[in-house]
Amino acid sequence: MHYDVIIIGAGMSGLAAGIRLAYFDRRVCIVEKHYAFGGLNSYYRIDGREYDVGLHAVTNYAPPERRSAPLAKLLRQLRLTREDFALCEQRFSEIRFPDCRLRFSNDIALLKEEVAERFPGDADNFLRLVSEIEAYDDTRLDRTYQAARPILRERLDDPMLIEMLLCPIMFYGSAEEHDMDFTQFVTMFKSLYLEGFARPREGVRRIIKAIVKKFRANGGEIRMRTGVDALQVCGERVVGVTLESGETLTSDVVISSAGYVETMRLCGDGAWQSETEEIGRISYVESIAVLDKTPAELGHDATIVFFNDAQRFNYARPDELVDLTSGIVCCPNNYTGHEELSEGVFRLTWLANHERWMGLDEEAYATQKRACLQRFFECGRRFLPDLKQHVVCTDMFTPRTIHRYTGHLNGAVYGSPHKRKDGRTPLANLFICGTDQGFLGIIGAMLSGITIANLHILSKS
Amino acid sequence: MVDQQVKDIILGIISVVAPDADLSDVKSDVKLRDQLEMDSMDFLDIVMELRKRYKLEVPKEDYPKLATLDGCVEYLGPKLEAMAAV
Repeated sequence: MHYDVIIIGAGMSGLAAGIRLAYFDRRVCIVEKHYAFGGLNSYYRIDGREYDVGLHAVTNYAPPERRSAPLAKLLRQLRLTREDFALCEQRFSEIRFPDCRLRFSNDIALLKEEVAERFPGDADNFLRLVSEIEAYDDTRLDRTYQAARPILRERLDDPMLIEMLLCPIMFYGSAEEHDMDFTQFVTMFKSLYLEGFARPREGVRRIIKAIVKKFRANGGEIRMRTGVDALQVCGERVVGVTLESGETLTSDVVISSAGYVETMRLCGDGAWQSETEEIGRISYVESIAVLDKTPAELGHDATIVFFNDAQRFNYARPDELVDLTSGIVCCPNNYTGHEELSEGVFRLTWLANHERWMGLDEEAYATQKRACLQRFFECGRRFLPDLKQHVVCTDMFTPRTIHRYTGHLNGAVYGSPHKRKDGRTPLANLFICGTDQGFLGIIGAMLSGITIANLHILSKS
Repeated sequence: MVDQQVKDIILGIISVVAPDADLSDVKSDVKLRDQLEMDSMDFLDIVMELRKRYKLEVPKEDYPKLATLDGCVEYLGPKLEAMAAV
Protein backbone atom coordinates (compact mmCIF):
# COMPACT_ATOMS: atom_id res chain seq x y z
CA MET A 1 0.00 0.00 0.00
CA HIS A 2 1.40 3.42 -0.92
CA TYR A 3 0.63 6.67 0.88
CA ASP A 4 1.68 10.26 0.47
CA VAL A 5 2.45 10.38 4.18
CA ILE A 6 2.74 7.77 6.92
CA ILE A 7 2.52 9.11 10.46
CA ILE A 8 3.86 7.07 13.37
CA GLY A 9 1.76 7.54 16.49
CA ALA A 10 -1.90 8.47 17.06
CA GLY A 11 -1.16 10.94 19.83
CA MET A 12 -2.07 14.61 19.78
CA SER A 13 0.73 15.63 17.40
CA GLY A 14 0.31 12.79 14.92
CA LEU A 15 -3.44 13.23 14.73
CA ALA A 16 -3.14 17.00 14.24
CA ALA A 17 -0.58 16.55 11.45
CA GLY A 18 -2.90 13.94 9.94
CA ILE A 19 -5.92 16.24 10.01
CA ARG A 20 -4.05 18.93 8.08
CA LEU A 21 -2.61 16.58 5.50
CA ALA A 22 -5.84 14.65 4.92
CA TYR A 23 -7.83 17.89 4.65
CA PHE A 24 -5.52 19.03 1.88
CA ASP A 25 -6.07 15.79 -0.01
CA ARG A 26 -2.97 13.84 0.93
CA ARG A 27 -3.31 10.09 1.32
CA VAL A 28 -2.40 9.65 4.96
CA CYS A 29 -2.12 6.62 7.21
CA ILE A 30 -1.47 6.86 10.94
CA VAL A 31 -0.02 3.73 12.52
CA GLU A 32 -0.36 3.36 16.29
CA LYS A 33 1.06 0.48 18.24
CA HIS A 34 -1.26 0.83 21.23
CA TYR A 35 -4.95 0.00 21.19
CA ALA A 36 -5.80 3.48 22.54
CA PHE A 37 -5.51 6.91 20.91
CA GLY A 38 -3.79 9.82 22.58
CA GLY A 39 -0.28 8.62 23.43
CA LEU A 40 0.81 10.30 26.64
CA ASN A 41 -2.58 12.00 26.81
CA SER A 42 -4.73 8.94 26.60
CA TYR A 43 -7.46 7.59 28.84
CA TYR A 44 -8.50 4.20 30.09
CA ARG A 45 -11.38 2.54 31.86
CA ILE A 46 -11.46 0.46 35.03
CA ASP A 47 -14.71 -0.78 36.59
CA GLY A 48 -16.76 1.60 34.49
CA ARG A 49 -14.75 4.68 35.49
CA GLU A 50 -12.74 6.58 32.96
CA TYR A 51 -9.33 7.92 33.92
CA ASP A 52 -7.06 10.28 32.06
CA VAL A 53 -3.46 9.12 31.74
CA GLY A 54 -1.56 12.34 31.67
CA LEU A 55 -3.96 15.22 31.75
CA HIS A 56 -3.96 17.58 34.71
CA ALA A 57 -4.69 20.64 32.68
CA VAL A 58 -4.90 21.80 29.13
CA THR A 59 -2.42 24.66 29.32
CA ASN A 60 -2.53 27.57 26.83
CA TYR A 61 -6.17 28.30 27.67
CA ALA A 62 -7.18 31.60 26.07
CA PRO A 63 -10.62 33.24 25.76
CA PRO A 64 -12.21 33.60 22.27
CA GLU A 65 -11.17 37.24 21.86
CA ARG A 66 -7.47 36.32 21.95
CA ARG A 67 -7.40 35.38 18.31
CA SER A 68 -3.63 35.11 17.99
CA ALA A 69 -3.27 32.79 21.00
CA PRO A 70 -2.02 29.25 20.28
CA LEU A 71 -5.43 27.77 21.13
CA ALA A 72 -7.20 29.99 18.57
CA LYS A 73 -4.57 29.23 15.91
CA LEU A 74 -4.89 25.55 16.53
CA LEU A 75 -8.68 25.53 16.19
CA ARG A 76 -8.48 27.51 12.95
CA GLN A 77 -5.84 25.23 11.50
CA LEU A 78 -7.79 22.08 12.32
CA ARG A 79 -11.16 23.60 11.31
CA LEU A 80 -12.51 22.88 14.78
CA THR A 81 -14.66 25.02 17.04
CA ARG A 82 -14.25 25.90 20.71
CA GLU A 83 -17.27 23.70 21.41
CA ASP A 84 -15.35 20.69 20.08
CA PHE A 85 -13.02 20.89 23.11
CA ALA A 86 -15.53 22.42 25.57
CA LEU A 87 -12.81 23.75 27.84
CA CYS A 88 -13.69 24.84 31.38
CA GLU A 89 -11.30 27.20 33.16
CA GLN A 90 -9.51 26.51 36.42
CA ARG A 91 -10.53 28.21 39.65
CA PHE A 92 -7.01 28.98 40.85
CA SER A 93 -3.78 27.12 41.40
CA GLU A 94 -1.02 27.46 43.93
CA ILE A 95 2.74 27.10 44.34
CA ARG A 96 3.57 25.98 47.91
CA PHE A 97 7.12 26.25 49.20
CA PRO A 98 8.31 26.20 52.82
CA ASP A 99 6.75 29.30 54.42
CA CYS A 100 5.61 30.80 51.15
CA ARG A 101 2.64 30.36 48.85
CA LEU A 102 1.81 32.01 45.53
CA ARG A 103 -1.60 31.66 43.97
CA PHE A 104 -2.23 32.17 40.28
CA SER A 105 -5.19 31.91 37.92
CA ASN A 106 -5.95 32.49 34.25
CA ASP A 107 -5.66 36.20 34.97
CA ILE A 108 -2.00 37.22 35.42
CA ALA A 109 -3.15 40.03 37.73
CA LEU A 110 -3.47 37.54 40.61
CA LEU A 111 0.11 36.33 40.29
CA LYS A 112 1.36 39.92 40.01
CA GLU A 113 -0.46 40.81 43.24
CA GLU A 114 0.82 37.74 45.05
CA VAL A 115 4.42 38.39 43.99
CA ALA A 116 4.12 42.04 45.05
CA GLU A 117 2.87 40.96 48.47
CA ARG A 118 5.31 38.10 49.19
CA PHE A 119 8.33 39.51 47.36
CA PRO A 120 7.96 43.31 47.58
CA GLY A 121 11.59 43.85 46.61
CA ASP A 122 11.00 42.00 43.35
CA ALA A 123 7.57 43.44 42.52
CA ASP A 124 8.82 45.78 39.79
CA ASN A 125 11.38 43.29 38.55
CA PHE A 126 8.62 40.76 38.10
CA LEU A 127 6.45 43.20 36.13
CA ARG A 128 9.41 43.92 33.86
CA LEU A 129 10.02 40.20 33.40
CA VAL A 130 6.38 39.66 32.44
CA SER A 131 6.59 42.49 29.87
CA GLU A 132 9.80 41.04 28.48
CA ILE A 133 8.17 37.62 28.13
CA GLU A 134 5.06 39.08 26.50
CA ALA A 135 7.20 40.75 23.86
CA TYR A 136 9.47 37.75 23.30
CA ASP A 137 8.84 35.85 20.06
CA ASP A 138 9.21 32.26 21.18
CA THR A 139 7.69 30.82 18.00
CA ARG A 140 10.85 31.34 15.93
CA LEU A 141 12.29 27.94 15.13
CA ASP A 142 15.91 29.14 14.92
CA ARG A 143 16.75 30.17 18.48
CA THR A 144 19.76 28.59 20.13
CA TYR A 145 19.91 27.21 23.67
CA GLN A 146 20.31 29.65 26.56
CA ALA A 147 20.03 28.45 30.15
CA ALA A 148 17.04 30.02 31.90
CA ARG A 149 18.35 30.19 35.48
CA PRO A 150 21.24 32.63 34.85
CA ILE A 151 18.90 34.91 32.90
CA LEU A 152 16.31 34.80 35.69
CA ARG A 153 19.01 35.59 38.27
CA GLU A 154 19.79 38.74 36.31
CA ARG A 155 16.12 39.75 36.32
CA LEU A 156 15.00 38.79 39.84
CA ASP A 157 16.74 39.26 43.21
CA ASP A 158 15.13 36.64 45.44
CA PRO A 159 16.29 33.10 44.58
CA MET A 160 13.15 31.69 46.19
CA LEU A 161 10.93 33.55 43.71
CA ILE A 162 12.93 32.08 40.84
CA GLU A 163 12.49 28.57 42.27
CA MET A 164 8.79 29.09 42.77
CA LEU A 165 8.20 30.35 39.24
CA LEU A 166 10.25 27.51 37.78
CA CYS A 167 8.48 24.79 39.76
CA PRO A 168 5.21 24.52 37.77
CA ILE A 169 6.99 25.30 34.52
CA MET A 170 9.52 22.51 34.94
CA PHE A 171 6.96 20.05 36.24
CA TYR A 172 4.75 20.67 33.23
CA GLY A 173 7.28 20.55 30.50
CA SER A 174 11.01 20.49 31.08
CA ALA A 175 12.73 17.49 29.56
CA GLU A 176 15.97 18.80 31.03
CA GLU A 177 16.94 18.33 34.68
CA HIS A 178 17.89 21.28 36.93
CA ASP A 179 17.57 24.00 34.30
CA MET A 180 15.86 24.60 30.97
CA ASP A 181 16.19 26.53 27.73
CA PHE A 182 15.10 30.15 28.14
CA THR A 183 12.90 30.09 25.03
CA GLN A 184 11.20 26.99 26.37
CA PHE A 185 10.79 28.79 29.68
CA VAL A 186 9.11 31.70 27.89
CA THR A 187 6.78 29.37 26.00
CA MET A 188 5.82 27.61 29.21
CA PHE A 189 5.50 30.86 31.16
CA LYS A 190 3.04 32.12 28.58
CA SER A 191 1.09 28.88 28.50
CA LEU A 192 0.85 28.53 32.31
CA TYR A 193 0.78 32.05 33.72
CA LEU A 194 -0.23 34.39 30.87
CA GLU A 195 -2.77 32.02 29.36
CA GLY A 196 -3.75 29.33 31.82
CA PHE A 197 -5.37 26.05 32.71
CA ALA A 198 -8.59 24.51 31.47
CA ARG A 199 -10.10 21.09 31.10
CA PRO A 200 -12.96 19.52 29.17
CA ARG A 201 -15.63 18.23 31.57
CA GLU A 202 -15.34 14.72 30.11
CA GLY A 203 -11.55 14.82 30.40
CA VAL A 204 -9.07 14.33 27.61
CA ARG A 205 -11.34 11.92 25.73
CA ARG A 206 -13.40 14.89 24.53
CA ILE A 207 -10.38 16.26 22.67
CA ILE A 208 -9.21 12.90 21.40
CA LYS A 209 -12.64 11.99 20.06
CA ALA A 210 -12.95 15.35 18.31
CA ILE A 211 -9.63 15.05 16.53
CA VAL A 212 -9.97 11.38 15.62
CA LYS A 213 -13.41 12.14 14.15
CA LYS A 214 -12.01 15.08 12.19
CA PHE A 215 -9.13 13.04 10.84
CA ARG A 216 -11.46 10.30 9.64
CA ALA A 217 -13.96 12.79 8.20
CA ASN A 218 -11.10 14.29 6.18
CA GLY A 219 -10.45 10.87 4.68
CA GLY A 220 -7.51 9.78 6.85
CA GLU A 221 -6.82 6.17 7.72
CA ILE A 222 -5.75 4.90 11.16
CA ARG A 223 -4.39 1.50 11.98
CA MET A 224 -4.42 0.64 15.67
CA ARG A 225 -2.32 -2.07 17.36
CA THR A 226 0.08 -1.59 14.49
CA GLY A 227 3.62 -1.24 15.72
CA VAL A 228 6.44 -0.23 13.40
CA ASP A 229 9.31 -2.68 13.34
CA ALA A 230 11.62 -0.69 11.06
CA LEU A 231 11.84 2.27 8.74
CA GLN A 232 13.07 1.28 5.29
CA VAL A 233 15.90 3.52 4.24
CA CYS A 234 17.27 3.79 0.72
CA GLY A 235 20.25 6.10 0.37
CA GLU A 236 19.36 9.16 2.40
CA ARG A 237 15.64 8.76 2.12
CA VAL A 238 13.03 6.73 3.88
CA VAL A 239 10.85 4.77 1.50
CA GLY A 240 8.41 3.10 3.84
CA VAL A 241 7.81 1.22 7.06
CA THR A 242 7.85 -2.44 7.95
CA LEU A 243 5.17 -3.24 10.48
CA GLU A 244 5.58 -5.69 13.32
CA SER A 245 3.20 -7.96 11.40
CA GLY A 246 5.74 -8.12 8.59
CA GLU A 247 3.59 -6.07 6.24
CA THR A 248 5.20 -3.20 4.37
CA LEU A 249 3.71 0.22 3.68
CA THR A 250 5.47 2.68 1.40
CA SER A 251 5.19 6.46 1.38
CA ASP A 252 6.73 9.64 0.03
CA VAL A 253 7.18 11.10 3.52
CA VAL A 254 7.23 9.72 7.06
CA ILE A 255 6.42 11.84 10.11
CA SER A 256 7.21 10.19 13.42
CA SER A 257 6.00 11.17 16.86
CA ALA A 258 7.87 8.27 18.46
CA GLY A 259 10.71 10.46 19.71
CA TYR A 260 13.94 11.36 17.89
CA VAL A 261 16.22 8.65 19.26
CA GLU A 262 13.41 6.10 19.14
CA THR A 263 12.73 6.97 15.48
CA MET A 264 16.37 6.86 14.37
CA ARG A 265 16.77 3.48 16.04
CA LEU A 266 14.11 2.18 13.65
CA CYS A 267 16.33 3.11 10.70
CA GLY A 268 18.08 -0.19 10.21
CA ASP A 269 21.68 -1.02 10.94
CA GLY A 270 22.54 1.83 13.23
CA ALA A 271 24.03 4.05 10.54
CA TRP A 272 21.65 6.84 11.52
CA GLN A 273 22.06 6.56 15.25
CA SER A 274 24.16 8.97 17.18
CA GLU A 275 25.98 7.76 20.27
CA THR A 276 25.74 11.11 21.93
CA GLU A 277 21.98 11.49 21.76
CA GLU A 278 20.45 12.38 25.05
CA ILE A 279 17.49 10.41 26.25
CA GLY A 280 15.18 12.18 28.66
CA ARG A 281 15.25 11.19 32.32
CA ILE A 282 12.13 12.86 33.66
CA SER A 283 9.35 10.47 34.54
CA TYR A 284 6.51 10.38 37.02
CA VAL A 285 4.45 8.22 39.30
CA GLU A 286 0.88 9.31 39.73
CA SER A 287 -1.60 8.07 42.31
CA ILE A 288 -5.29 8.68 41.80
CA ALA A 289 -8.02 8.41 44.41
CA VAL A 290 -11.71 8.46 43.58
CA LEU A 291 -13.63 9.99 46.50
CA ASP A 292 -17.23 9.87 47.67
CA LYS A 293 -17.14 13.66 48.13
CA THR A 294 -15.60 16.42 46.07
CA PRO A 295 -12.27 17.85 47.25
CA ALA A 296 -14.02 21.22 47.72
CA GLU A 297 -16.52 19.61 50.10
CA LEU A 298 -13.53 18.33 52.03
CA GLY A 299 -11.98 21.78 52.17
CA HIS A 300 -9.58 21.82 49.21
CA ASP A 301 -10.59 24.19 46.42
CA ALA A 302 -7.38 24.77 44.44
CA THR A 303 -7.37 23.27 40.97
CA ILE A 304 -3.67 22.39 40.98
CA VAL A 305 -1.04 22.72 43.71
CA PHE A 306 2.67 22.51 42.94
CA PHE A 307 4.49 21.81 46.18
CA ASN A 308 8.12 21.66 47.19
CA ASP A 309 9.36 21.02 50.72
CA ALA A 310 13.09 21.63 50.20
CA GLN A 311 14.71 25.06 50.15
CA ARG A 312 15.75 24.58 46.57
CA PHE A 313 13.50 22.91 44.03
CA ASN A 314 15.36 19.85 42.81
CA TYR A 315 13.95 18.99 39.42
CA ALA A 316 15.77 15.79 38.51
CA ARG A 317 15.41 12.06 38.29
CA PRO A 318 15.51 10.79 41.87
CA ASP A 319 17.87 8.01 42.97
CA GLU A 320 14.98 6.39 44.79
CA LEU A 321 11.82 5.05 43.14
CA VAL A 322 10.06 8.36 43.80
CA ASP A 323 10.99 11.81 45.09
CA LEU A 324 8.63 12.71 47.90
CA THR A 325 9.99 16.20 48.49
CA SER A 326 8.02 17.84 45.72
CA GLY A 327 5.01 17.07 43.59
CA ILE A 328 1.77 18.10 41.97
CA VAL A 329 -1.75 17.74 43.31
CA CYS A 330 -4.57 17.99 40.80
CA CYS A 331 -8.31 18.01 41.51
CA PRO A 332 -10.31 17.94 38.26
CA ASN A 333 -13.48 18.78 40.21
CA ASN A 334 -11.99 22.19 40.88
CA TYR A 335 -12.43 23.39 37.34
CA THR A 336 -15.42 25.63 36.75
CA GLY A 337 -18.44 23.89 35.29
CA HIS A 338 -17.33 20.56 36.73
CA GLU A 339 -19.87 20.69 39.56
CA GLU A 340 -22.01 17.88 38.24
CA LEU A 341 -19.20 15.34 38.33
CA SER A 342 -20.65 12.80 40.73
CA GLU A 343 -17.41 11.68 42.32
CA GLY A 344 -14.38 13.49 43.61
CA VAL A 345 -10.96 12.84 42.12
CA PHE A 346 -7.63 13.57 43.78
CA ARG A 347 -4.39 13.02 41.85
CA LEU A 348 -0.88 13.28 43.24
CA THR A 349 2.22 13.16 41.05
CA TRP A 350 5.87 12.63 42.04
CA LEU A 351 9.09 12.54 40.06
CA ALA A 352 10.16 8.93 39.59
CA ASN A 353 13.12 6.86 38.51
CA HIS A 354 12.22 4.86 35.41
CA GLU A 355 15.16 2.44 35.66
CA ARG A 356 14.33 1.51 39.23
CA TRP A 357 10.70 0.86 38.35
CA MET A 358 11.61 -1.19 35.28
CA GLY A 359 14.08 -3.25 37.30
CA LEU A 360 11.40 -4.61 39.62
CA ASP A 361 10.01 -8.09 39.06
CA GLU A 362 6.22 -8.43 39.07
CA GLU A 363 5.97 -9.16 42.77
CA ALA A 364 8.28 -6.33 43.80
CA TYR A 365 6.42 -4.02 41.42
CA ALA A 366 3.11 -4.79 43.12
CA THR A 367 4.71 -4.34 46.57
CA GLN A 368 6.26 -1.00 45.61
CA LYS A 369 2.98 0.23 44.16
CA ARG A 370 1.28 -0.59 47.48
CA ALA A 371 4.03 1.20 49.40
CA CYS A 372 3.67 4.17 47.11
CA LEU A 373 -0.05 4.26 47.72
CA GLN A 374 0.59 4.30 51.46
CA ARG A 375 2.82 7.36 51.05
CA PHE A 376 0.18 8.89 48.83
CA PHE A 377 -2.31 8.75 51.71
CA GLU A 378 0.25 10.25 54.10
CA CYS A 379 1.18 13.06 51.75
CA GLY A 380 -2.41 13.61 50.60
CA ARG A 381 -3.49 14.35 54.19
CA ARG A 382 -1.67 17.66 53.95
CA PHE A 383 -4.23 18.72 51.37
CA LEU A 384 -7.27 16.69 52.40
CA PRO A 385 -7.04 15.75 56.09
CA ASP A 386 -9.81 13.16 55.75
CA LEU A 387 -8.62 11.75 52.44
CA LYS A 388 -8.48 8.11 53.49
CA GLN A 389 -12.02 7.96 54.92
CA HIS A 390 -13.50 9.11 51.61
CA VAL A 391 -11.65 6.91 49.17
CA VAL A 392 -13.85 4.78 46.91
CA CYS A 393 -11.04 3.32 44.84
CA THR A 394 -7.51 4.09 43.74
CA ASP A 395 -5.31 3.66 40.73
CA MET A 396 -1.73 4.43 39.93
CA PHE A 397 0.52 4.84 36.94
CA THR A 398 4.27 4.53 36.94
CA PRO A 399 7.10 5.06 34.44
CA ARG A 400 6.29 1.57 33.17
CA THR A 401 2.82 2.75 32.21
CA ILE A 402 4.21 5.81 30.44
CA HIS A 403 6.60 3.60 28.52
CA ARG A 404 3.70 1.40 27.46
CA TYR A 405 1.54 4.26 26.23
CA THR A 406 4.20 6.39 24.59
CA GLY A 407 7.07 4.06 23.73
CA HIS A 408 9.40 6.76 25.04
CA LEU A 409 12.73 5.39 26.21
CA ASN A 410 13.18 5.88 29.97
CA GLY A 411 9.41 6.48 30.21
CA ALA A 412 10.46 10.08 29.58
CA VAL A 413 7.26 12.12 29.65
CA TYR A 414 8.81 15.15 27.99
CA GLY A 415 11.14 13.26 25.68
CA SER A 416 14.74 14.19 25.00
CA PRO A 417 16.27 17.39 26.42
CA HIS A 418 17.58 18.08 22.92
CA LYS A 419 14.66 19.50 20.92
CA ARG A 420 14.60 19.73 17.11
CA LYS A 421 12.26 22.56 16.44
CA ASP A 422 12.25 22.27 12.65
CA GLY A 423 11.53 18.54 12.91
CA ARG A 424 14.35 17.60 10.56
CA THR A 425 16.33 14.37 10.74
CA PRO A 426 19.40 13.28 8.73
CA LEU A 427 16.98 11.68 6.26
CA ALA A 428 15.53 14.17 3.77
CA ASN A 429 11.91 13.00 3.94
CA LEU A 430 11.71 11.81 7.55
CA PHE A 431 10.48 14.35 10.11
CA ILE A 432 9.65 14.22 13.77
CA CYS A 433 6.77 15.87 15.55
CA GLY A 434 5.50 15.81 19.12
CA THR A 435 7.53 15.89 22.32
CA ASP A 436 10.99 15.86 20.74
CA GLN A 437 10.09 18.62 18.31
CA GLY A 438 9.67 20.80 21.36
CA PHE A 439 6.16 22.26 21.61
CA LEU A 440 4.68 21.00 24.85
CA GLY A 441 1.33 20.49 26.49
CA ILE A 442 -1.74 19.28 24.65
CA ILE A 443 -2.15 22.44 22.59
CA GLY A 444 1.60 22.53 21.96
CA ALA A 445 1.65 18.91 20.82
CA MET A 446 -1.11 19.54 18.30
CA LEU A 447 0.63 22.71 17.06
CA SER A 448 3.78 20.64 16.67
CA GLY A 449 2.04 18.28 14.26
CA ILE A 450 0.48 21.20 12.40
CA THR A 451 3.79 23.06 12.11
CA ILE A 452 5.66 20.06 10.75
CA ALA A 453 2.90 19.25 8.24
CA ASN A 454 2.79 22.89 7.06
CA LEU A 455 6.53 23.46 6.96
CA HIS A 456 7.69 20.31 5.23
CA ILE A 457 4.74 19.13 3.19
CA LEU A 458 1.90 21.60 2.61
CA SER A 459 3.96 24.69 1.89
CA LYS A 460 6.04 22.72 -0.64
CA SER A 461 4.61 21.29 -3.88
CA MET B 1 -14.93 36.97 -13.90
CA VAL B 2 -16.60 39.89 -12.19
CA ASP B 3 -14.53 41.52 -9.47
CA GLN B 4 -17.17 40.85 -6.86
CA GLN B 5 -17.11 37.13 -7.64
CA VAL B 6 -13.39 36.93 -6.93
CA LYS B 7 -13.89 38.88 -3.71
CA ASP B 8 -16.67 36.52 -2.69
CA ILE B 9 -14.47 33.52 -3.36
CA ILE B 10 -11.72 34.93 -1.16
CA LEU B 11 -14.10 36.00 1.61
CA GLY B 12 -15.71 32.55 1.44
CA ILE B 13 -12.31 30.97 1.93
CA ILE B 14 -11.46 33.31 4.81
CA SER B 15 -14.72 32.40 6.52
CA VAL B 16 -13.47 28.81 6.61
CA VAL B 17 -9.81 29.54 7.35
CA ALA B 18 -10.58 32.09 10.09
CA PRO B 19 -14.24 31.69 11.10
CA ASP B 20 -13.64 34.01 14.04
CA ALA B 21 -12.76 36.93 11.73
CA ASP B 22 -15.29 39.72 11.30
CA LEU B 23 -15.99 39.93 7.56
CA SER B 24 -18.79 42.49 7.72
CA ASP B 25 -16.71 45.44 6.60
CA VAL B 26 -13.60 44.30 4.74
CA LYS B 27 -11.84 47.10 2.86
CA SER B 28 -10.63 46.20 -0.62
CA ASP B 29 -7.45 48.21 -0.51
CA VAL B 30 -6.23 47.39 3.00
CA LYS B 31 -4.03 44.37 3.70
CA LEU B 32 -6.18 41.43 4.76
CA ARG B 33 -3.64 40.43 7.42
CA ASP B 34 -3.84 43.83 9.05
CA GLN B 35 -7.59 44.28 9.09
CA LEU B 36 -8.48 40.68 9.98
CA GLU B 37 -5.67 39.88 12.43
CA MET B 38 -4.55 36.95 10.33
CA ASP B 39 -1.11 35.40 10.72
CA SER B 40 1.16 33.64 8.25
CA MET B 41 -0.47 30.29 9.02
CA ASP B 42 -3.89 31.68 8.06
CA PHE B 43 -2.44 33.22 4.94
CA LEU B 44 -0.88 29.94 3.87
CA ASP B 45 -4.30 28.37 4.32
CA ILE B 46 -5.90 30.80 1.83
CA VAL B 47 -3.36 29.71 -0.75
CA MET B 48 -3.95 26.05 0.04
CA GLU B 49 -7.73 26.39 -0.11
CA LEU B 50 -7.34 27.92 -3.58
CA ARG B 51 -5.37 24.86 -4.58
CA LYS B 52 -7.84 22.47 -2.97
CA ARG B 53 -10.95 24.10 -4.42
CA TYR B 54 -9.81 25.44 -7.77
CA LYS B 55 -6.60 23.46 -8.47
CA LEU B 56 -4.96 26.84 -8.67
CA GLU B 57 -1.27 27.05 -7.80
CA VAL B 58 0.07 30.29 -6.39
CA PRO B 59 3.88 30.28 -6.32
CA LYS B 60 5.47 31.62 -3.15
CA GLU B 61 6.91 34.70 -4.87
CA ASP B 62 3.36 35.74 -5.81
CA TYR B 63 1.97 35.61 -2.27
CA PRO B 64 2.39 39.39 -1.79
CA LYS B 65 0.01 39.93 -4.72
CA LEU B 66 -2.79 38.44 -2.61
CA ALA B 67 -2.29 40.89 0.24
CA THR B 68 -5.49 42.88 -0.39
CA LEU B 69 -8.86 42.03 -1.93
CA ASP B 70 -8.03 44.34 -4.85
CA GLY B 71 -4.76 42.46 -5.31
CA CYS B 72 -6.65 39.16 -5.34
CA VAL B 73 -9.03 40.44 -8.01
CA GLU B 74 -6.18 41.59 -10.20
CA TYR B 75 -4.07 38.46 -9.76
CA LEU B 76 -6.67 35.71 -9.46
CA GLY B 77 -9.39 37.11 -11.73
CA PRO B 78 -7.74 36.18 -15.05
CA LYS B 79 -6.55 32.81 -13.69
CA LEU B 80 -9.99 31.82 -12.43
CA GLU B 81 -11.48 33.09 -15.69
CA ALA B 82 -9.13 30.92 -17.71
CA MET B 83 -9.98 27.89 -15.62
CA ALA B 84 -13.72 28.50 -15.91
CA ALA B 85 -13.32 28.64 -19.71
CA VAL B 86 -11.66 25.20 -19.87
